[in-house]
Amino acid sequence: MARSNEALRRPALEGRAASHAWVSVTPAAPASRLSLRTPADSVGAVSKALGFALPQKPKTSAQKNGRAALWLGPDEWLVIDESGSEISPALGKVKAFHSAVDVSHRNVGIVVSGPGAEATIAAGCPQDILLATFPVGACSRTVLGKIEIVLWRTGDTTFRVECWRSFSDYAFTFLSEAARDAAV
Amino acid sequence: MTAPFRVAGKGRLTPAKVVRFTFDGEHYSGLEGDTLASALLANGVHLVGRSFKYHRPRGFLSAGAEEPNALVGIHRDAARKTPNVRATVQELHDGLAAVSQNRWPSLKHDVGAVNDLASPFFSAGFYYKTFMWPKAAWKHLYEPRIREAAGLGVAPDQPDPDHYAAHYGHCDVLVLGGGAAGLAAALAAAEAGARVILADEQAEPGGALRFESGAVIDGRNGWDWATATVARLRAMENVRVLTRTTAFGYYAQNFVGLTERVSDHLAAPLPDLPRERLWQVRAKRVVIASGAIERHMVFPDNDRPGVMLASAARTYLNHYGVAVGRQVGVYTANDSAYHAAIDLKKAGVDVVAIVDLRDNPQGPVVDEARALGIEINAGRAVVGVAGKLRVSAMTVQPKNGGASRSIAIDALLTSAGWTPSVHLFSQSRGKVAFDDETRRFLPGAYAQDCVSVGACNGTDDLEAALAEAAGAGHAAAKAAGAKAGRAGAKLKASGEGWSGGMLGAAPGAGADSKAKAFIDFQNDVTAKDIRQAVREGMRSIEHVKRFTTNGMATDQGKTSNMHGLAIAAETLGKPIPEVGLTTFRAPYTPVTFGAIVNHARGSLFDPTRRTPMHGWAERHGAVFEDVGQWKRAWYFPKAGEDMHAAVDRECVTVRQSAGIFDASTLGKIEVVGPDAAAFMELLYTNPWQKLEPGRCRYGIMLREDGFIYDDGVVGRLADDRFHVTTTTGGAARVMNHMEDYLQTEFPHLKVYLTSISEQWAVIAVQGPKSREIIAPLVEGIDLSDAAMPHMSVREGTICGVPTRLFRMSFTGERGFEINVPADYGQAVWEAVWAEGQKHGACAYGTEAMHVLRAEKGYIIVGQETDGTVTTNDAGLDWAVGKKKADFVGIRGMMRPDLVAPGRKQLVGLRTKNPKVVLEEGAQIVADPKQAVPMTMIGHVTSSYWSENCGHSIALALVEGGRDRMGDTLYVPMPDGTIEVEVSGTVFFDEKGERLNG
Repeated sequence: MARSNEALRRPALEGRAASHAWVSVTPAAPASRLSLRTPADSVGAVSKALGFALPQKPKTSAQKNGRAALWLGPDEWLVIDESGSEISPALGKVKAFHSAVDVSHRNVGIVVSGPGAEATIAAGCPQDILLATFPVGACSRTVLGKIEIVLWRTGDTTFRVECWRSFSDYAFTFLSEAARDAAV
Repeated sequence: MTAPFRVAGKGRLTPAKVVRFTFDGEHYSGLEGDTLASALLANGVHLVGRSFKYHRPRGFLSAGAEEPNALVGIHRDAARKTPNVRATVQELHDGLAAVSQNRWPSLKHDVGAVNDLASPFFSAGFYYKTFMWPKAAWKHLYEPRIREAAGLGVAPDQPDPDHYAAHYGHCDVLVLGGGAAGLAAALAAAEAGARVILADEQAEPGGALRFESGAVIDGRNGWDWATATVARLRAMENVRVLTRTTAFGYYAQNFVGLTERVSDHLAAPLPDLPRERLWQVRAKRVVIASGAIERHMVFPDNDRPGVMLASAARTYLNHYGVAVGRQVGVYTANDSAYHAAIDLKKAGVDVVAIVDLRDNPQGPVVDEARALGIEINAGRAVVGVAGKLRVSAMTVQPKNGGASRSIAIDALLTSAGWTPSVHLFSQSRGKVAFDDETRRFLPGAYAQDCVSVGACNGTDDLEAALAEAAGAGHAAAKAAGAKAGRAGAKLKASGEGWSGGMLGAAPGAGADSKAKAFIDFQNDVTAKDIRQAVREGMRSIEHVKRFTTNGMATDQGKTSNMHGLAIAAETLGKPIPEVGLTTFRAPYTPVTFGAIVNHARGSLFDPTRRTPMHGWAERHGAVFEDVGQWKRAWYFPKAGEDMHAAVDRECVTVRQSAGIFDASTLGKIEVVGPDAAAFMELLYTNPWQKLEPGRCRYGIMLREDGFIYDDGVVGRLADDRFHVTTTTGGAARVMNHMEDYLQTEFPHLKVYLTSISEQWAVIAVQGPKSREIIAPLVEGIDLSDAAMPHMSVREGTICGVPTRLFRMSFTGERGFEINVPADYGQAVWEAVWAEGQKHGACAYGTEAMHVLRAEKGYIIVGQETDGTVTTNDAGLDWAVGKKKADFVGIRGMMRPDLVAPGRKQLVGLRTKNPKVVLEEGAQIVADPKQAVPMTMIGHVTSSYWSENCGHSIALALVEGGRDRMGDTLYVPMPDGTIEVEVSGTVFFDEKGERLNG
């Protein structure tokens, strides 16, 4: 039950936006996030609790009902749930060894969308992100300029950039600046 | 109005598209598509600069990127002043303003030209020899003078208002150079299905087809074929054509750096357009099609304005429609200059004579020149020229001596042959090999997945070059994984081939000559400078280069290296390959700092990290300090307070009532798994197995060598879950250190580490009123001393949001650290602040935090420790688990030096005069009367004024410090020696009663 004096949530990039005819850079809505670490022999049990199979191939993601798991390493996933439901309770019952740590507020999401999205990201990300090599659903922990990000392609011309909260100002400013040069 | 040297019906520019510009304040007009060079030449202007060392008048040598002479300043506005722009590369736009450089008071009358007369004093190596004595003069006399005189252009004096962009590119095949070979390679690779990037430095690709008038490819004029091929490439989805783009550096694993000049050619660029764009391309295969560069003839006074490369004159005529003179002479040692003579003659220019060093030149071009009525002087040399600001005559003499005659000219075209551009190949770490037959260096052994094609590979025939390039493009596509299929049909082509020529000095500039026959125009290096270097003992070409500065200017010796090498070899009496070639280094042509820095300027120079409560602190007048990338509130001055007053007030308020402090920047790591405690046992000196869930412990982490690495309070949330805190500065490296040990030393442990530094905002509430302040806000946690003693952690809610609430203290007062999810940080802070106001609490910053902890003798890692301090040195042996069998650093701790007596130990210092505050870092001595250098026995690590104690306090590391309690020591400072007394490290509340106070 919400109380009258309940603390107000103040997302890091509140009110920020950069928009051009060819690309827009906008903060993503708050989401639940887990940093999920699981050895191979627990993947089955954890997948079952999550409601879908954790992706096993590098640079891939899986999602169902607004909940996505991004492969970050052989035993590491970033789970993002935008449905508004908490992820932890489901995993709380898993007996198999795993680590699920709430990082909902650690990360900030930024959505880069439009025909110039690829060029905007390519200004600071050395990975090959052309659609043919980095298709929809592809994801990767990589760099943007001078910071670490998780990059996730959610559509032909849409990417989600996840970074740590205190780096979000840098990430957003960088992407806004790069967007100027992304007219394609 | 048509410029006087524009030739009607020649060139590819549209006569109607007139562009206005200025040079040294004079107004001129040119045509759209002109370079500054072609537009000036169209107006009859050859004199454009003064040389670097001798201030000799200089004109255009070339029509391209290799230009060593025609360096000008381009002034767009007060802030946009670019020095040393090659006029042969700068495209003309309306309103362009160019100025000449290295002259005073004017280009025509330059006082600095006295250097030319004094040149015997400025010979090679003159810097090394002249400015040696007296030694002291270097700093105060020579260096400032030299610095004043050095450099060509003037650096801009305002911040650069332009912005620069960057783009990482990936492709199957990267083609460097868009001449005939590059285009053929790109097309073949693209048709094979590969992702292709083609980069060319010109506004329009085409390379030598720009001037080679007779080339025919696939039944069409060469330039038309190039234009059509570029259009075809641009239309293909798998191809990106980058024009005005120079590949300047070839790095490891086919990583190539390129700069694209985006808006320098535009009169009024749109605001979103960057000036330049840095491309960093990773290619599976690279095709180098960088062509060849013509060499000038080396003869006396060959730098006079009007003396230029034959191919340049041809480019100006055939592409820009400009005649470089009305009475043109030609001096050559190979066939290619004949083509220039023929083209000019056909365009109606008087070509007065061809002087050919060869005894009996033969072939179709020679016949054609003769048939056109051009006088050919075979077996002869140009041994001098007349004219100062512009060549007016050439002196021709049989090459073995004899009667000379003077021929009036207003331009002299020279060609000594062509040098394959192996720069990028060499940068890729490929080894060049000398081809004895053609006397040139060509690509030899390759080090990377690249291939050279066309002129840069020594393939002179056009059809052969096209076939080689198409084959290479197809093969590269295939090797990169493209489907490929069969290669396309071979292109039929006919064109000119330009092998042959000469290297080194021509007659008149021979060994006995005192004439200035220039090799390197930009650095004013002459043939005799090279000979002198050899005479003075330089044997290696690397030494010759450095002694004479040959090839060390911004053009990197594109026209001079081979001449210099040949003269050195001749003087040494060795074959060229034995003398060697200097290494080619990036950048191929100068790159702006703007392009290198691109987005990383201003707020994007480095990330600035701010906590969730930053905005509140800002609104409440905080002064911030930089802690790594973080901005931390340093102190919160009230009106009229200076830093000292604010910090004193904050320190007193905390101990009297309470203070609220933003500790969000602390590193935090969640350690999860059934082996979490076992892992903690191994990483920290402390015991953890028996720490109950809900309790905290101050932990110390060592490096393998036994020295303190980091510290922090650790809370056990559950049997299998720890909430670890680290220092702010140590957050990233401690996480790496732990992950490193987990993966390499303790992989058997079932535990995972997750950084939660930024998940939680941390609000420290410290002081006797702290519990009363937070109590109204907290739900689900019993805050009584019995239920939640010092050093415990509870989970519950505060202001309706989840919290991990720590009862801990870094001030010695009763204290709490409230962890809340970061987005709630500011709101919870505001609620705590509102409660705090009822109790007279204040917000305090990092400075007060430092003073308060020093009053209690708590160390700060990195301040009291410097990587050579042990737990014993710091008086922290109580934090080492005595019964533990193993942890990182346990063996390091036992090393003889680390347990030897006399080590520096942490003690307190009290100044005899309580008002005196020691300087941090100050050295400590036992006897202030000893001779300098004194024996230093320690240093001050922390020092503050303590308002709570009423006297200054300091911590120090002192040899055998704990045995010196009560002793008097001395801190010698520049303005006097300060007496101090050694004390314990706790200055306030020695019994620690206030933790529950």
